[in-house]
Amino acid sequence: MAINTKYELKLGAATREAFGKALVELGRTNPNIVALDADLSKSTMTVGFQKEFPERFFECGIAEANMAAIAAGLASAGKIPFASSFSAFMLNKGFEQLRVTAAFPRVNVKVVGTHSGISIGEDGPSQMSVEDLSLACSLAGFTVLSPADEVSMVALVKQAAAMFGPVFIRAGRIKCPLIYAADQTFTIGKAIELVSGTDVTLIATGLLVAESIKAAEALEAEGISAAVLDIHTIKPLDREAIAKAAQKTRALVVSEEHLVDSGLGVRVAQIVSETTPAAMEFVGVVDTYAESGAPDELLDKYGLRAVNVVAAAKRALARKKAGS
Amino acid sequence: MLKTSDPTELAAISKKMRRQVIEMITEAKSGHPGGSLSAVELLVTLYFDVMRHDPANPKWKDRDRFILSKGHACPILYSVMAECGYCPADQLNTLRKLGSIYQGHPDVRFMPVLEASTGSLGQGVSLAIGMALAAKLDKSPSRTYVVLGDGELQEGQIWEAAMFAGFRKVDNVVAIADNNGIQLDGFTKDIMDLEPLADKWRAFGWHVIEVNGHDIPALQKAFAEASSTSGKPTALIAHTVKGKGVSFMENNPKYHGQAPTLDEEKRALAELV
Ligand SMILES: Cc1ncc(C[n+]2csc(CCOP(=O)(O)OP(=O)(O)O)c2C)c(N)n1
Ligand SMILES: [Mg+2]
Repeated sequence: MAINTKYELKLGAATREAFGKALVELGRTNPNIVALDADLSKSTMTVGFQKEFPERFFECGIAEANMAAIAAGLASAGKIPFASSFSAFMLNKGFEQLRVTAAFPRVNVKVVGTHSGISIGEDGPSQMSVEDLSLACSLAGFTVLSPADEVSMVALVKQAAAMFGPVFIRAGRIKCPLIYAADQTFTIGKAIELVSGTDVTLIATGLLVAESIKAAEALEAEGISAAVLDIHTIKPLDREAIAKAAQKTRALVVSEEHLVDSGLGVRVAQIVSETTPAAMEFVGVVDTYAESGAPDELLDKYGLRAVNVVAAAKRALARKKAGS
Repeated sequence: MLKTSDPTELAAISKKMRRQVIEMITEAKSGHPGGSLSAVELLVTLYFDVMRHDPANPKWKDRDRFILSKGHACPILYSVMAECGYCPADQLNTLRKLGSIYQGHPDVRFMPVLEASTGSLGQGVSLAIGMALAAKLDKSPSRTYVVLGDGELQEGQIWEAAMFAGFRKVDNVVAIADNNGIQLDGFTKDIMDLEPLADKWRAFGWHVIEVNGHDIPALQKAFAEASSTSGKPTALIAHTVKGKGVSFMENNPKYHGQAPTLDEEKRALAELV
């Protein structure tokens, strides 16, 4: 059973903290691992790597585009660079460089965007990233990871380092619920079914995985059987798992802390329309930039909560019923 | 609004602004005190003496414009604009709270009296050039002032903008570097040294003035020199102290992005009387 406790999710570390920890562990076992940061090492948590391996850490200053291409150069010359900043700056400022110097030649660079989504809180929308999954997925050949908790983050950072090719990893600022037990295994590209169910499938990534688990529990109390799928790999997307879920439940909700019209949801919808049609609903940020506020208040205001997933599931179920 | 060229009055306003910055950030429990405090005299001298603007008519076409490119220092911008009468002073302590017009970084959606939304570093000079070019096309006397962090100067776009303005002789732009020597991860000289900074701007075709950024008469003189310089944009390198005015914050990287505790607030305010 993948879920730690059924009715209560314990708070774990932030995924950025898990990234920082995994990076140090990687540094100890592989001398080819190097890290780059753009004046945010205390926030992205690369500071631990910097302290332990100062000669393998490159502080690039506030110059993300330059950092992206330097990382690509390091990768082209045989290193395994992890370049990190806030996701908003890493991808928006580094996009063209990642496209030309990393994606075209498919170099072995690992790009980490922390402070993703709107749950960063008070700093507000200039520091938030609601389009990073879309941008990262638009880099041809990139693998795109979006772990939901510290256990999956540590495991997937290590797998990203072990595989050859460009990878983007999305991390968050706030502490998030522990989803997985320490011995859980992960495979890049393979979704994980956290809850099984027959009426509707709640597909989610990142923070919305925990919300979807809570939603499944709430639905169960109303006699609705909901499955939950954690999509920790946005690209390549687990076609088989999604087609299977569509076939089995014929009603899907996709939830993400991202613009709803360019993230995981539309990619899932593409697979569903190519395989087994199903009633679909989407939970995410709708065509706006958020604002300053406490993380919890923002998740409430922008509709990224279990209650929103529940409501979406009921809409999907109603359409499924009407269509059958 | 009050306009004054009296350095004593400007210094008194500066002190009041510092108190408000401390109170706002303490109340918000997050924010950037260091870079707000280093820029106090820069903004106070501009808004209360140098700039031609009218809070009663914020969209006056020929106004001088101000861009806080280092948007994280917005507490000082909000304080100064409230003191001018652009926005409510009694709401300053809602900084960073849900629903407040005083967002964590300047956001024109919430405060249309702002000239620009900022927060992603590196873009203000380009924006200022655009406004300055429009003023030239409109034969307007409007000048555009943009305040930059020294860490921010590491962004490549700053130097693309510098090259453009130097080449095109955009002499109605003044770029002000708040040269406080500290950025987020530590001292600028350790992260990515900007020196020789004056030579860099000169090499890009700018008129450079170096000034103590807390010396109000020196700032008044520098802005006057900038206004009378034609054929070249002006870069004002303001030598400042990060956290200026609060002894335990001065030149201390810790207070780049850390709110004062209640006890620290008390100690800070006791120094600002
Ligand atoms: C493009 C971009 N990268 C990173 C950040 C995060 N950040 C906010 S403030 C800061 C340091 C700024 O230092 P400096 O420009 O010297 O400002 P000051 O000392 O005046 O506060 C950083 C890296 C950002 N806001 N924008
Ligand atoms: Mg600085």
